[in-house]
Amino acid sequence: MLALDRLGKIYPNGVNALERFSADVRLGEIVAIIGGSGCGKSTLLRAIAGLDRATSGTVTLDNIAITGPHAKIGIIFQEPRLLPWLSVADNIGFGLSELPANIRREKVARALARVGLADKADAWPRELSGGQAQRVAIARALVPQPEVLLLDEPFSALDAFTRSDLQDHLLDLWADTRPTLLLVTHDVDEAVVLADRVLVMRPRPGRLFDESRSTWRGRATAIRRCSIISSAGC
Amino acid sequence: MAMTVELPALERTDAMASPAPSGRLRRLARPALGLLLPVGLALAWEIIVWLGLSNGRLVPPPSKLFATIVELARSGELARHIMATLTRVVAGFGLGVIAGTVFGAISGYWGLARRLLDPTVQALRAIPSIAWVPLFILWLGIFETSKIVLIAVGVFFPIYLGVMGAILSVDRKIVEVGRTFRLSGPAMIRRILLPAVLPAYVVALRVGLGLGWMFVVAAEFMGASEGLGYLLIDGQQLGKPAQILAAIVIFAILGKTTDWLIEIGSAPLLRWQDAFGRQSGAA
Repeated sequence: MLALDRLGKIYPNGVNALERFSADVRLGEIVAIIGGSGCGKSTLLRAIAGLDRATSGTVTLDNIAITGPHAKIGIIFQEPRLLPWLSVADNIGFGLSELPANIRREKVARALARVGLADKADAWPRELSGGQAQRVAIARALVPQPEVLLLDEPFSALDAFTRSDLQDHLLDLWADTRPTLLLVTHDVDEAVVLADRVLVMRPRPGRLFDESRSTWRGRATAIRRCSIISSAGC
Repeated sequence: MAMTVELPALERTDAMASPAPSGRLRRLARPALGLLLPVGLALAWEIIVWLGLSNGRLVPPPSKLFATIVELARSGELARHIMATLTRVVAGFGLGVIAGTVFGAISGYWGLARRLLDPTVQALRAIPSIAWVPLFILWLGIFETSKIVLIAVGVFFPIYLGVMGAILSVDRKIVEVGRTFRLSGPAMIRRILLPAVLPAYVVALRVGLGLGWMFVVAAEFMGASEGLGYLLIDGQQLGKPAQILAAIVIFAILGKTTDWLIEIGSAPLLRWQDAFGRQSGAA
């Protein structure tokens, strides 16, 4: 279980970005965090990822305090952030460097096939479209099999079609190992479609404002699939 | 010229049947375009002198230049001068690159070292490197050491600045990817920083090499008995413009060749780059 206990973050310039944020997330749960810009969503995610230290409060994963990047916690950013000097396959295998080469290759090949980019293994990141690049980023984060996957507005830079495509794809991939997903977004539809539970944040100072359970997942994707099919004239 | 003009038509007819020959033609034609201007000018000057419109004494025609180079080469003198100059450049460039890379990397990676080191280096950089010549001669003598040190000093600054600037401008977002995968310090350097600074480093090497060739001339002006710079001074003092021009042409050839070697050597490492230059090069 991922436990956030009274997390607070005050930046050196005095901005109170996050105040007393507490939440518990069960293993395998999909939680969306929504809110306008500047309400501390990204600050919260970076604190959980161990990229920034919270000024107060604690993050614990299975009763282990998280103070820096952790093997069981993966993160997907708004931009794919692929390493431009590595091929697509090497990008996906980036976090597996301690594994023997043959096992790594096998895992990478499986992940590539899973995100539907097996033919792009040797391509450079610059040769990918935005949606393909983000799929590689998802594969890179998932291939070490994290217990918790953090997503920081992962689809916000994509067009509407690619976005809904990738949202479905994410749920599909999630079903493989069922990690905990913590998704930050400013898109209410996305939160409702993907999450079991939606946390609403408010700015100045960034804090938890409301929480609601969503029963939409699955149903929403089904509805959307239908509407796409019907709009395509089938 | 005719070749390049005909090319589009040729390509259109061949496009379906065999794209390979037109591709080869195109690859040959592109450097040919660059040769057009210098070869044309040289040819024009040759004709002007041949027609007697100028005596070509101060600006010898290409044929005279060529004859001078052949003569120097036949006596074995040319090889000796080239070797002397090349040795100095290689030694000075090597020293400058090592020092510039080490100090640039330290300053770029470690903030404390940068605050400590960089102001001094920047102050030294403001001194025209040639101004060191008298001091180097006093300290290190008139022979090879002072020459090599002068070249190394000239090469040091662009490499230092290039490496430091490249490290400082590595994308924070890419570094964060390394952090989320918990790379250790050395792994972060090897897997993120080194590849990220490589393109800028190659540029710094090429700038440094250019300065190396510039400073070898300065070094050889300050008293040398062999080397291409000596050929220049000797040609001036004995009134042999063809010899001066011959040395200049050889400088150009050597400079271009060494620069090309860096370019060729680094190309396989930089294939991933998504840059404007690649696009126009491929089109």
